[in-house]
Amino acid sequence: MDIVLFYTLAAAGLTWSYYKDRQKTKQSLTKAWKAFNNILPALAFVILLIGATLAVVSPEKVSQLLGSSSGAGGMVIAATIGSITLIPGFIAFPLAKAVLDMGAGILQVAVFISTLMMVGVVTAPMEAQFFNRKTVLLRNGLSLLFSFVVAVVLNQVVGR
Amino acid sequence: MTQLLRYKWVLAAIAVDVGVVIWNPSLGARIADRTADSFLEMLSFLPPIFIILGLLDTWVPREKVVSHMGPGSGFSGLILATMLGSFAAGPLYGAFPVAAVMMKKGAGYFNVMVFIGAWSTLKVPMFLFETQFLGSSFSITRWLCSFVGVVFIAAVISRLITDDEQQAIYAKHK
Repeated sequence: MDIVLFYTLAAAGLTWSYYKDRQKTKQSLTKAWKAFNNILPALAFVILLIGATLAVVSPEKVSQLLGSSSGAGGMVIAATIGSITLIPGFIAFPLAKAVLDMGAGILQVAVFISTLMMVGVVTAPMEAQFFNRKTVLLRNGLSLLFSFVVAVVLNQVVGR
Repeated sequence: MTQLLRYKWVLAAIAVDVGVVIWNPSLGARIADRTADSFLEMLSFLPPIFIILGLLDTWVPREKVVSHMGPGSGFSGLILATMLGSFAAGPLYGAFPVAAVMMKKGAGYFNVMVFIGAWSTLKVPMFLFETQFLGSSFSITRWLCSFVGVVFIAAVISRLITDDEQQAIYAKHK
């Protein structure tokens, strides 16, 4: 869905741009290629890391580690997995629901979802290239702490 | 040679993967499989992102973004940055090049950080998906909490980053 929307937007933008100004359109595509080429080394490394992570860590193992009896330790494990892995949302949400149905606590699942989205250990070197090390440490560190706050609130609101 | 050096970490990772293939062929095959999958996934959604980026970079006049999301833009800048981030799609590292363009165009660092936070966890397509799987009380509560958190974290970061540090960051994207 996201992808269809993005291609539609890009195609519409290009058509509009080409109609308005061919030179600027050419310039846009050159800039697009330059930007892509700039991040390609970091991107390729991320892809290789994702491939290895997905191959080593199976969904079954994740379910096992996030079980409802895991308590605070389970939250820490959930936060660690969420911070390190780069599971796409369309895999993470069904997985989270499966884990919840198997009796996992809201606390663990919420921490996992929140860190998965906000904290990126694997992408931190790439992030530091665009900003600086201090920003990356602050953003990821505060997001990690904040994920526990979100989990406690969610547990109050939807926890049974 | 400099081209090769840019890819030193990629080559190192490939070397490790090749080592795994030799040491444990079935695990190696699984890694190759997953790597090919994520490679194809990236390849499928990145071209439109970068084309849109290039178009934005060429067509959005610097003054316009400065006046809307510059350092003194206040509440409207915050809302604009949140919308820019949450109407996006794709993983977080797709946001970094967009943030680079924002900085190049003079957006304030607080707004850039709000944008990164919004992209990371407030994305509308993901919110809909989350609602479908985990229920609306889960997704709405998480969205609202996260919005507060994103603004708070952006405020702390922009407070703690000194002017010199910020200038150095912006200089990367001139």
